[in-house]
Amino acid sequence: MRELTYSEAIREALVEEMRRDANVFLMGEDVGTFGGVWGVSHGMLDEFGPERVRDTPISEIAIVGAGLGAAMMGMRPVVEIMFGDFLMCAGDQIVNQVAKARFMSGGKADVPLTIRVTSGAPGSAAAQHSQSPESWFMNIPGIKIVAPALPADAKGLLKTAIRGEDPVLFFEHKMLYAEKGPVPDDADFTVPFGVASVVREGVDVTVVGVGNMVLKALKAAAQLAEQGIRVEVIDPRTLVPLDKETLIRSVQKTSRVVIAHEAHLRSGPAAEIAAVLAEEAIEYLDGPIVRVGAKNVPLPYSPILEQFVLPDVSDIVAAVASFWKR
Amino acid sequence: MIDELRQYSQEFLASLYRRMVLVREFELRAIEERRGGLIPGFIHSCVGQEASAVGATAALREDDVITSTHRGHGHLLGKGGAPQYMMAELAARSSGYCLGRGGSLHISDFDLGILGANGIVGGGIPIAVGAALAFQMQHSSRVALAFFGDGAVNEGAFHEAANLAGLWALPVILFCENNLYGEGTPQDRQAPIADLAKRAESYGFPGVIVDGNDVLAVYATVKAAVSRARAGEGPTLVEAKTYRFRGHYEGDPQVYRKPGEMESWRQRDPVPAFRQRLLTSGRFDEAALKVLEQGVQAELDEAVAFAAAAPYPEVGEALSGVYGETHGGLVF
Ligand SMILES: Cc1ncc(C[n+]2csc(CCOP(=O)(O)OP(=O)(O)O)c2C)c(N)n1
Ligand SMILES: [Mg+2]
Repeated sequence: MRELTYSEAIREALVEEMRRDANVFLMGEDVGTFGGVWGVSHGMLDEFGPERVRDTPISEIAIVGAGLGAAMMGMRPVVEIMFGDFLMCAGDQIVNQVAKARFMSGGKADVPLTIRVTSGAPGSAAAQHSQSPESWFMNIPGIKIVAPALPADAKGLLKTAIRGEDPVLFFEHKMLYAEKGPVPDDADFTVPFGVASVVREGVDVTVVGVGNMVLKALKAAAQLAEQGIRVEVIDPRTLVPLDKETLIRSVQKTSRVVIAHEAHLRSGPAAEIAAVLAEEAIEYLDGPIVRVGAKNVPLPYSPILEQFVLPDVSDIVAAVASFWKR
Repeated sequence: MIDELRQYSQEFLASLYRRMVLVREFELRAIEERRGGLIPGFIHSCVGQEASAVGATAALREDDVITSTHRGHGHLLGKGGAPQYMMAELAARSSGYCLGRGGSLHISDFDLGILGANGIVGGGIPIAVGAALAFQMQHSSRVALAFFGDGAVNEGAFHEAANLAGLWALPVILFCENNLYGEGTPQDRQAPIADLAKRAESYGFPGVIVDGNDVLAVYATVKAAVSRARAGEGPTLVEAKTYRFRGHYEGDPQVYRKPGEMESWRQRDPVPAFRQRLLTSGRFDEAALKVLEQGVQAELDEAVAFAAAAPYPEVGEALSGVYGETHGGLVF
């Protein structure tokens, strides 16, 4: 299969869906002429024109809110918020409006709105440009939360998001944009929500990775294999809905689990996953559920401090190794 | 032109010019040092906007405060920020203004009334309004000045803060540097009006337009706004029309520039323009200006050397300063 970068895979999904359905359009800050500050929508203005690839003012409330209004009136907007940190500028629209529109209306409102947003630390971008806000929104019923790690999943999940009838927060990790992987070129290839992917099979320990931590978990697994530890790596792909069955099946086999994400440790995605496993799979577990995440401090600018605060491959290796040191 | 300068002292004119050169040269050094690897993070330089940064801050008292932006180096230097601590911060050292934690986007110095650069467009505006609220409640004559760009006036934060400031007649100056672009999108594709000062009217206070490349015009305009604020007459929105000469960030391919625009603004480069004015006035000669310029270079040599020699933070330093001392300042 041909290889694409994560960024190209996302663009391909956008382009294919815009060709397929005239109601799909993209809007956000600098998505047009500039091609997106991350380059994802590069060239799309040329194909679709400024009607459907719309540069907006720097107005996050209006970007998300107008996306909601347009979605309820039959369009399928994809809106881009440049950094996950800026989601909070549109916080009310996301939390109180977008997520609740269907429920509050007694089911009358369809909200086929996709909010594409970046997460993660790109390196020395400091406290307001480096956060991983996935779990901030996991506590909000009504919005689906997607965090792909591999290019094919990014493409397939984005297409599912655009074709669906519910709002989706689609997190693209900045450090994954340049990563390559095989991506199907079938225009009808999609990846369903709520189905985790077993990225690497193993029998000794399960490592659940979120976003870019999937790649770090794979690196950790390769290192641990040299010590004879067979790691199973699972990518939930969608945090809401969460595929509990695949996770439970894996720990049934391995009896040990590490959950890794780049978000801060406290109340990060792992807190929910750990709670699910504690409630529904504790009898299979041989030891504590171990979490790996960023330390509970804002992301610092200085590379030395930043590397200390962020979780890395070595933290996953150490977490896995801890099962054999108890 | 000679008449226009007469009202200003030799010392004041020299300090304005020196500061403008300092801002310009600081930016060029920072860009160079970033290329050379001393500076790990992004830089949004204000090359071309020195007159607005220096003119506006010159109109403030030492105990007045500012909030700044991602393009804040000029604002900070104007308010008295020390180049060596700024450079050390950019170089991610523990001797930097924020102990290496903040970088360019977050430099602050509360002793100098610099409440912080900001990574969030429009984020500083409500904060300046809040500082002004404190000054009003404290019956103080201090004022606050918020710097922001033409892009920021399309954020809800601007509108809510402006309305509150107008409603409560707060001693705040809303200073918009209209450099015609928000990142890659020209101002005329971000708002249906070209004169952003008009927005003040709907919030019940004056909006004034000034040539942002003319340091004395900016100074005089802000000075008048500050007097109004100190007299309890409320806020002013100042729109300084200017232009940025470099990319939005260093490395920006700048595909969005309109043809001929850069060249025409280059004719109005604020630093050489003011230099020429000083010479034409007969108040300064070439030699005197050279001395000022060399002084700036020496100061920046020192700043860079200081930054390069400064220690990096200790790893564990990241685990303090999230909370106050009540809990020992520790992270939990
Ligand atoms: C809330 C928010 N939205 C978007 C951004 C990304 N961003 C950083 S600077 C910038 C452009 C700001 O334009 P303007 O206010 O005109 O200031 P200038 O860069 O021209 O000085 C944008 C969109 C941000 N930092 N914060
Ligand atoms: Mg601007």
